Amino acid sequence: MSPQMTSHPDAPLLVAEGLAKYYGSRLGCRDVDLSLHAGEVLAIVGESGSGKSTLLGLLSTEMAPSAGRVSYRMRDGEMRDLAALSEAERRLLLRTDWGFVRQHAEQGLRMAVSAGGNVGERLMAVGWRHYGNIRDEAADWLARVEIATERMDDDPRTFSGGMRQRLQIARNLVTRPRLVFMDEPTSGLDVSVQARLLDLIRQLVEEFGLAVVIVTHDLAVARLLSHRIMVMKSGRVIEQGLTDQVLDDPREPYTQLLVSSVLAA
Amino acid sequence: MTALARTASGMPAITYNFAYLDEQTKRMIRRAILKAIAIPGYQVPFASREMPMPYGWGTGGVQVTAAILGANDVLKVIDQGSDDTTNAVAIRSFFETTAGVATTTRTQDATIIQTRHRIPEAPLREGQVIVYQVPIPEPLRYLEPRETETRRLHALADYGLMQVKLYEDIARHGHIATTYAYPVKVAGRYVMDPSPIPKFDNPKMDDSPALQLFGAGREKRIYAIPPYTRVVSLDFEDHPFAVQAFAEPCALCGAKGVYLDEVILDDRGSRMFVCSDTDHCATRQDEGHTGSMSAPYGEGRP
Repeated sequence: MSPQMTSHPDAPLLVAEGLAKYYGSRLGCRDVDLSLHAGEVLAIVGESGSGKSTLLGLLSTEMAPSAGRVSYRMRDGEMRDLAALSEAERRLLLRTDWGFVRQHAEQGLRMAVSAGGNVGERLMAVGWRHYGNIRDEAADWLARVEIATERMDDDPRTFSGGMRQRLQIARNLVTRPRLVFMDEPTSGLDVSVQARLLDLIRQLVEEFGLAVVIVTHDLAVARLLSHRIMVMKSGRVIEQGLTDQVLDDPREPYTQLLVSSVLAA
Repeated sequence: MTALARTASGMPAITYNFAYLDEQTKRMIRRAILKAIAIPGYQVPFASREMPMPYGWGTGGVQVTAAILGANDVLKVIDQGSDDTTNAVAIRSFFETTAGVATTTRTQDATIIQTRHRIPEAPLREGQVIVYQVPIPEPLRYLEPRETETRRLHALADYGLMQVKLYEDIARHGHIATTYAYPVKVAGRYVMDPSPIPKFDNPKMDDSPALQLFGAGREKRIYAIPPYTRVVSLDFEDHPFAVQAFAEPCALCGAKGVYLDEVILDDRGSRMFVCSDTDHCATRQDEGHTGSMSAPYGEGRP
C-alpha cells in the first residue's frame, strides 16, 4: 500500500460523474459514473462503436466532455477537477502520474527516436539532465519489460509488435505513475505474444500497485487482468460489477450475447 | 535622390524609398523588433514582405536591416564569415543602391553587421547591432512538426524534447554531434535556434555587448537577444557543451582559437585550413602575422 493510501483509506483515485460526449448530434457516450481506487484494474468492454474509446478519451482529458466531470486525487491527496487544471499542470500529470498505452504503438512512441530515448523522454521532461543516470534508468526499465539491452539504441521501427507494446509500457512506467490508461494494448498481436504481454502487465500492476483503466473488446483480456468490468453498448454503461460475476453470470441480454459469442478454445 | 531624375534614354530613373521598404513596413518591423527585444528569445511573428531576392538568401535579415538602418550607419555584410561571397556582395550593394549608406568589411568600423552563418572573430562592442539571417527559427521543428504544439511547448517552457535530441546524439555518436544551429536557452526562459552558426560561435552570444537580432523571412519570425543577456547552450551534466577545436592554426595568418574553413587544394587530398572570417585574417596579415602557407613577404600583395 502506498503512503497516500493511509491518509485516505477509502478515497478513490479517479471519479467520473455524469460524463457525456456528443459529436454534434451523434452520441459518443452518456451518463457514465465511475470511481476507481488505487491499485484497481477496471476493464471497459463492448463492441466497436459502443463508446469505449470515447470514454477513455474523456477520462484521460484528451477530449473535453459535453457534460459531467472527472476528478483525480493528486499526489498531495487533494481531489481536483481535471477540467480546472492549467495546461501546465495537466501536462505534468500526464507525464508523471499517468501513463497511456495505445493500441497502435506508433501513436505512443517516437518512432525515429531510439528505445532508450523513448524511455528517457519523460525523465528529461521532468528535469533529468545527467545522461548516465537517464541511460541507467532506461536500461533498467527495458530489462523489466524484457527488451535486451543491446537493442537500446535501436529505433522502435525495427521492433516487433510485441516489443513495441512492451517499450510503450516501459516509457510510461518510468516515472512511476499511479494510473495507466490502456487502449486495446494486445490487439493485433498473435496469441503467444499476447499472453506474454498480459503476464507482464499483470506483474507490473501488482508490483507497483497501479490503477488501470483498460479498454478492450477481448473478454479474455478483461478476465485475466481486471478486477471490475463495465459493459458498454450504444454509448451507455449497461452492466458493471466484479469481473467474474459479470462474465460468469451476465444479467443483461447483450452481455450474455457477448459472453456466449466468445469461442471456447 | 529626386524623383525626377532621368536616365540617358529619357526614362525616369528607378527611385527607392530609403532602404527599399516603405515607411509603414519599417514601422511594422520595428514594432516586432521591439517586442522581440522585450521578450528575449521569443519568436515574434511579423508580416514578412516579398523582397527582390529568393527565400533562403536572407530575406528576413535584409528586412530587419532595412528597418533599423539609418543614414549614418556603416554596414558590414558577411556570408559564412566572408565579406566577398555572392550573398554578402549582393546584399551590401543592395543597401548601397537603395539606402546609400557607407559599407565596410571591417568589423570594428561597422555599426550594423548582417550575417549568415557566422559571428565575427573580433569582439563586438556596445552600440553595434548584429543581424542574423535565419532559415528555420523553430528549434523544435524536426522534433515536433506541429507548429501549434511547438508554440505551446514554448509557452510552457516544456523543453524535454530538445534534450531528447541531444540524448540521441550521444547514444548514436558517443558525443553531442550537433555542430551548428546548436540550441541555446536565452535569459533562462526561451530555447532558441541561433541560426546555422557553428556551435563554435555560441559562447560569443552570451553576455554580448552588442544587440543581436534574428530575421526569418520565409517563416515570418523575428527574435532577439538584448545586450548583456545570458545565453546558455543546452547540454547534459556529464556531457557538457564544448566548442570545436582545431589541430592547427590558420595557414595564412597563423591565428589560433578561431573558426577555420577547410579548403581542398587539388584532387590528391591536399588541404589547408584558413580563417573563415576573412576580415580577421586580412587584418592579422596586415599586422605581419604569417601562417604555414603564407606567400613570402611582399609577394602577392600590393
